[in-house]
Amino acid sequence: MSATLAPSAGVTFAPVLQRAFPDGAVRVEPRPAHDVPTLVATAEAFPAAARFLRDDPSTSFDLLLDLVAVDRSRLDGPPSCRGEERFQLNALLYSTKRNEHLRLRVALPATDPRLPTLVETWPASNWFEREAWDLMGIRFDGHPNLARLLTHNGFVGHALRKDYEAGQRWLCTDEDVLQTRLAAKTDLPEDVFETTTLNFGPSHPATHGTLRIVVRLDGERVVAAESECGYLHRCFEKMSETHTYTQVIPYTDRLNYCSPMINGAGYARAVEQMLGIEIPPRARAVRVVLSEFSRIMDHMVCIGANLVDVGGLTTFWYSYQAREEIYSLLEACCGARLTSSYARIGGLSMDVPANFVEWCRSLSRSVRDRIDEVDTLLTKNRILHKRMMGTGVVTKEQAIAWGFTGPCLRASGVGYDVRKDKPYDGYDEVDFDVPVATAGDNFSRFHVRMEEMRQSLRIIEQVVSRLPGGPVVSDDYRVVLPPKEMVYNEMEGLIFHFKNVFEGIQVPAGEVYSFTEGANGELGYSIVSDGSGRPYRVKVRPPCFPLFAAFEKIVVGGLVSDAVATLGTLNIIAGELDR
Amino acid sequence: MSDKKFPLPAARIEPPLAPGVPSTTGFDFLTTKLDWFVQWSHKNSLWPMPFGTACCAIEFMSSVSSHYDLARFGAEVVRFSPRQADLMIVSGTITDKQAPILRKIYDQMPEPKWVISMGVCACTGGFYRAYHVVQGIDEIVPVDVYVAGCPPTPENLIYGIIELQKRIQSGDLARHREAKTYVPIRVGTDPVESLPAYSKGVMAHGRSSESGFAAMEGPVEAAKAGKGETR
Repeated sequence: MSATLAPSAGVTFAPVLQRAFPDGAVRVEPRPAHDVPTLVATAEAFPAAARFLRDDPSTSFDLLLDLVAVDRSRLDGPPSCRGEERFQLNALLYSTKRNEHLRLRVALPATDPRLPTLVETWPASNWFEREAWDLMGIRFDGHPNLARLLTHNGFVGHALRKDYEAGQRWLCTDEDVLQTRLAAKTDLPEDVFETTTLNFGPSHPATHGTLRIVVRLDGERVVAAESECGYLHRCFEKMSETHTYTQVIPYTDRLNYCSPMINGAGYARAVEQMLGIEIPPRARAVRVVLSEFSRIMDHMVCIGANLVDVGGLTTFWYSYQAREEIYSLLEACCGARLTSSYARIGGLSMDVPANFVEWCRSLSRSVRDRIDEVDTLLTKNRILHKRMMGTGVVTKEQAIAWGFTGPCLRASGVGYDVRKDKPYDGYDEVDFDVPVATAGDNFSRFHVRMEEMRQSLRIIEQVVSRLPGGPVVSDDYRVVLPPKEMVYNEMEGLIFHFKNVFEGIQVPAGEVYSFTEGANGELGYSIVSDGSGRPYRVKVRPPCFPLFAAFEKIVVGGLVSDAVATLGTLNIIAGELDR
Repeated sequence: MSDKKFPLPAARIEPPLAPGVPSTTGFDFLTTKLDWFVQWSHKNSLWPMPFGTACCAIEFMSSVSSHYDLARFGAEVVRFSPRQADLMIVSGTITDKQAPILRKIYDQMPEPKWVISMGVCACTGGFYRAYHVVQGIDEIVPVDVYVAGCPPTPENLIYGIIELQKRIQSGDLARHREAKTYVPIRVGTDPVESLPAYSKGVMAHGRSSESGFAAMEGPVEAAKAGKGETR
């Protein structure tokens, strides 16, 4: 289960880096092969290193995926963990040109941790920095609006610090900060004659209950907008730290609750990478099949709910019928309709029903019919064209700068799909296409999703046609529970069972960034382990987070009714956005 | 139409109102109690306001869409404006940031109004015993029916609605509500220790609800459960 360190693995640009930073301010950190390559910068050199990595043609890391702050004070490390190097900030980067991931790391002191902001380099870092300030207390000098993001105004302290008690609540003050902030803004264009400030959400049907936008309107045209999230901040990351690795799986289901299977499989994959175990081929195939069905469910709900918001209720009934059919399959596999908790570290919780293959085949036929029905209703519908075409446009450059991934990035003309570019779980063995649109408007995002559902069906049919037999869970009893006969009859089985239940899976100390293609984009898990049965730190890279952060920029200049359509096609899932 | 539990009052067939004018239906008028009639009409035309925040909202959407079809139970006129609704279905986790909004929306609903707490997050905070999650919405608003599950299946939610209809018909809720005064959520920046629950509703879990009714009769049972006196 131990992994060997590969010095400078994957860092092809090390010589260029050496020339640019000859004093050693940025160095390559040796990482095991399953993790992403890592650079460590000093706090002084950090902004220069960020700009270099973005601009130099040999690096060109143009897309900021995530900012992961870690409080290392309870790690079993040198005393500097509690002093000069207590906090760690990791910027996870991706290069759309070279298809590579990178982690840029900087250590920060325990007292007054601060860094210059990265907003100039990667605009996507705006909200990630607010989150790091909110939950970890790291200040970013020069940030345009370093206010709390996920927690409320009355909150005291920084919740993800290790010295913060997990259950310590604070009462929310009912001040309307957002509205006053927008009303006090004076940098509006001069030809604005008379404007109205309109509050939109969080309890509004189009915002799905938990998003809030305040817009300044000139007539019906949006001249300024500000969005706010955190109304569903359920402390996933803090909860993960207080539960064992297996107990975290149900929490992952509730991140993107439109496609729970993908989240669980992604999390299990991250832990499996840390443990260095392989899962049986049958488990891998079933995970792929159910993940693709979940992707279809997610896209169906996105399209159906979006159409409700723009005034076409009928589609909703059609798209929900497909979901109900898929729910029946999930229910037969794991007993739950929505929150499946089906993945386990090492495989799956139980085997699929005997008629799984036939069921999947007939289901894929009937889901294809549903997709065709929705297609007939919508794709050539002139009303839909008028609502969707040319509204909510995101150019390719903007999409990359704002950190988009998934269907929204592909609708803007960048064909990055983790399943294709960094294949996992056997996606390289199946034949499928990655749909890409170029207009970047609402209709492109809708169209990409429609086509993706068909591609998902192609994947399902291929995987199901050669579904391997055998077990669905690994036989490594340090990780999975041994079978009951073994527990009752053999001493060793009893010991494994006891240790797994009481102490949890012992994941070797280390760190990983593992990513899969979620329904909305790259779903990443950064996990830090201290060698105990509980994760030391889990940070999700939620695909929705950069999308919603960019929303306030996309809608400016459009009509307020277009903002509703845009919100729907971006497909913001609050559970994942706020965690 | 009538069943054993809630029989329709027998309509008395009277002679025609005026001699010589024949009755076309056989029923010219029926007598009943006004309360009973009002409660009967309330229960059969619930207008839900879905306060959906999370996973449970997806199952709520399943309940109202074609397969489960909540319209069969007279509760399909979903209204997103609280001023047009009389049943609030809180489906999903309520965080401390969301709490004042929930209370505001509850206050905007006209009387008579009912609250269904759908899913364990809304009932008790669920498995989020965390720094930003309300540990049960009865900290903020009175709850009439708790529906268990994470998320509850549509069947379970429908069972909860039927349970609420029974309670509306029995008039039990009106008495229950009159006996209590509600205070709005406290505002301030104090750390939350434990807020007493506003009220105890009935648990819809697919079994007989008789024990649930008994437990909410008065403060005695609640005190036994260590919850203190309900307000």
